[in-house]
Amino acid sequence: MLLRHTNPEVIEREGLTINPAKTCQPIGAMYAALGIQGCLPHSHGSQGCCSYHRSTLTRHYKEPVMAATSSFTEGSSVFGGQANLLQAIQTIFAVYNPRVIAVHTTCLSETIGDDIPQIVSKAREEGKIPASKFVIHANTPSYVGSHVTGFSNMTRNMVKYFAERTGVKTNRLNIIPGWVEPSDMREIKRLAKEMGVEIVLFPDTSGVLDTPLNGKYEMFSTGGTTVEQLKSTGDSRATIALGPLASSAAAEALDTQCKVPCEILDLPIGLTATDRFINTMRSLGGITEVPVSIMEERGRLVDVISDMHQYFYGKRVALWGDPDQLVALAEFLVSLDMKPVYIVTGTPGRKFEERLAPILAEAVPEAKFKQGAGADMFLLHQWIKNEGVDLLIGNTYGKYIARDEDTPFIRHGFPILDRVGHSYFPSVGYTGGLRLVEKILDALLDRKDRDAPEESFELVL
Amino acid sequence: MNTNTPDPHVVKEALLKAYPTKLARKRDQQIVINDVAPDGTVPEVKANTRTAPGIISQRGCTYAGCKGVVLGPTRDIVNIVHGPIGCSFYAWLTRRNQTRPPTGNSENFIPYCFSTDMQEEEIIFGGEKKLTKAVEEAYMLFHPKAIGIFSTCPVGLIGDDVHAVARAMKEKLGINVFGFSCEGYKGVSQSAGHHIANNQLFKHVIGLDDTPHPEPFTINLLGEYNIGGDAFELENLLERCGIKLVATFSGNSSYDFFANSHTANLNAVMCHRSINYVAEMMEKKFGIPWVKVNFVGADATAKSLRKIAAFFDDAGLKQRVEEVIAAEMPAVLAAQAVAKARCTGKTAMLFVGGSRAHSYQELFKELGMRVVAAGYEFAHRDDYEGRKVLPSIQVDADSRNIEELHVEPDATRYLPRVDEARAARLAAEGFTFKDYEGMMPEMEKGSLTIDDISHWESERLIELYKPDIFCAGIKEKYVVQKMGVPCKQLHSYDYGGPYAGFKGAANFYREIDRMVNSRVWKTIKAPWQTTGPRLTATFEKG
Repeated sequence: MLLRHTNPEVIEREGLTINPAKTCQPIGAMYAALGIQGCLPHSHGSQGCCSYHRSTLTRHYKEPVMAATSSFTEGSSVFGGQANLLQAIQTIFAVYNPRVIAVHTTCLSETIGDDIPQIVSKAREEGKIPASKFVIHANTPSYVGSHVTGFSNMTRNMVKYFAERTGVKTNRLNIIPGWVEPSDMREIKRLAKEMGVEIVLFPDTSGVLDTPLNGKYEMFSTGGTTVEQLKSTGDSRATIALGPLASSAAAEALDTQCKVPCEILDLPIGLTATDRFINTMRSLGGITEVPVSIMEERGRLVDVISDMHQYFYGKRVALWGDPDQLVALAEFLVSLDMKPVYIVTGTPGRKFEERLAPILAEAVPEAKFKQGAGADMFLLHQWIKNEGVDLLIGNTYGKYIARDEDTPFIRHGFPILDRVGHSYFPSVGYTGGLRLVEKILDALLDRKDRDAPEESFELVL
Repeated sequence: MNTNTPDPHVVKEALLKAYPTKLARKRDQQIVINDVAPDGTVPEVKANTRTAPGIISQRGCTYAGCKGVVLGPTRDIVNIVHGPIGCSFYAWLTRRNQTRPPTGNSENFIPYCFSTDMQEEEIIFGGEKKLTKAVEEAYMLFHPKAIGIFSTCPVGLIGDDVHAVARAMKEKLGINVFGFSCEGYKGVSQSAGHHIANNQLFKHVIGLDDTPHPEPFTINLLGEYNIGGDAFELENLLERCGIKLVATFSGNSSYDFFANSHTANLNAVMCHRSINYVAEMMEKKFGIPWVKVNFVGADATAKSLRKIAAFFDDAGLKQRVEEVIAAEMPAVLAAQAVAKARCTGKTAMLFVGGSRAHSYQELFKELGMRVVAAGYEFAHRDDYEGRKVLPSIQVDADSRNIEELHVEPDATRYLPRVDEARAARLAAEGFTFKDYEGMMPEMEKGSLTIDDISHWESERLIELYKPDIFCAGIKEKYVVQKMGVPCKQLHSYDYGGPYAGFKGAANFYREIDRMVNSRVWKTIKAPWQTTGPRLTATFEKG
């Protein structure tokens, strides 16, 4: 057994987190910043933070992930990181020449108390920031919240730094996709186009973290939300924020700053969440009728669910990962008549429980879920050891539980370090729902085929 | 295939031209055109200095070097990271340290990630209380024989005393508990973390168990981290030769092996950079001599085995070593012949680690490939120029921050392994101790040595040289491959291996053949993008 020391007896822990279901803020800020066109994320801290975040994102995407660092030494930790950041800004524009530098802090620079806007304005005074270039920032102390918080903070600050209200409204909708994959962002754009709604999507990592191999490396791809698009978000007619924990801060900032009204929805994963997304796009976009093509996509998903319902029914599922993803997944599983019995996320935030509790209350009253301190994969595994499940859904770290407990496993969420596909095939929208359904069926039916006695090994399922 | 390499002076100029003046001056001393003098002297390279802020570097931090590299591979120590969650999360199973516990029930904490998950409250009011709780809970849950505590950046700033907590817990729980002041900001790279890890292992673990070994030929392997199963391969080789391996620092390793490692008669050092401190300190305290070995490459492996046998100076051992080499070589040479025919004349670049950029050059030479540029991520001058430059290395402020332990011979256990007569005999045979010559003397004239290469420089190098393969790490891999050049990860081995020893060499030949000759690189251009003259001619004729 790989996790041979995991004992089923649950004890309350106050100090020790084991096998976390979260990581720290800065990596979320880095991921979000990669969704701005021509942007180089910058980690204001020790080299290791930047190196670890880049490595993790690279392993997840099998793509180049570029970011710079303030390379703190003991001296900077004593005297503050101003000199490092000033030099970094100068070096970055001289050598790598991005359009935007997106600085995020770390536990180190936060504990020191570096004031990033003050340092950036000093850089501007000293002529270190060329005209038409931008340096934005987000405070992302690693000891607050999680990677999702970091994504949310950087996305919100895209609004703070760029959104402008010219007084002339456009017909566009802003869509904040939440922490989803490039494939999902691409799919959201496709759905909007299919609906006939003009949108600004931000951040947008499609075209950034799924670039083609063509023999040339472009440090700044043509993907990502442009500065001009970000500026224009203040004039849009409304904002749709997908995933309350990752996206509502930016949507609310747009409302406060530019009076752009917002709707905060769940991530459009699964049938009903996608329905709400399409319906909201319809009403906010002033579309009278949802196009036939989208109705057909929806119908195909419903069709497959009804065709294969017997295999979903009553199956017990354990989930871990990020709150916005978990809420939407749980709702989808319940709609398939599956039972998401165990759910953990290390990310704190009331919105998770508020959304999840009503989804599970009637359908899966036996469900256990926990978030924040103590909600880790060690606890989840202990629950599983006490009463097993039929399926695991979560990031790659679940493969250790899957192997030890001999339980089918679907990779979903962040990080996925050992499979490809998430960058290219969406899990949002009706098409994404189909993909999830296919994955669930593959996992469950492969297991059924493996375990069936010879006499009841079935050709047709 | 690329047989002509560009003028290195022109290349160097191209690399430096984008930098602001001060930075260009610094990089000028870190980018060196190689030229080995007849006496083996090589040009000086500036190394182990700060990376300029804003530069996209390969480097990580002190914590990574300490927890990730040196302590990570040991299966039976519960390593608790004191800090916000990220530091422990990112080091969770990402370094491929394989381990083989003796039984299905033996301790193995490697698949686990332990953290105090520091919150704002602890940053403000201090985290010692939470750390104490975490250690107690770890003990309650797992009853390990040892617990290590690793400090992350904020810990040093807020002044949590991890060593005091460790001492108190050691007393309370009756097991070994030790702390590491390996805050990420210390030093200029992972290298500082290696040193800190070496110090604490030496202070708190090495020498705790004096149980002697009956076997005559006992060694420790230092600087072998069992990536991809390298250590398994070497354990097997040594065993067949009749050499008893007491401890490996740190691959497939156990706390118990470390505690007993001072009973060995020889320290064989693989990765000089990360572990030479332990070798030096063990020599001073216990009288164990050390030699540099290299088990990367078939010839290097044979040479290293012979060197160990020469040290013990035993006819039986020497014969067994020859028998093992003779048994292994035919398969290696067969694999080499196949790959060499397809790889010879191709060019390689290696930018990795503190020893691999050197040791892996052996394998490329065995394939008939030329190494046109190489450099380390976190090495010091001695790893480039050889240990002979040690006296002339200036200790700067960053290095002074890392504790140098003062070590005296142990009052009862200091035992020189080589008496004067034998030392003289070995010297007469040309046998040398502490003999690391560095990377540069083995590189060809006009090749480039680049310390702490930046992303900008890697990209230019690939454009200018168009190497057939580039070796680096995960952060570089996909950049290089976007340019149509295969990139072999020499930290994680791209999840393959082993590459050490004889079987490892054969694996590596096949892997490099696969990579440089992969059909995928020929598919980058779509058929309609190649507008050759024949098409035009056909069109005109038609």
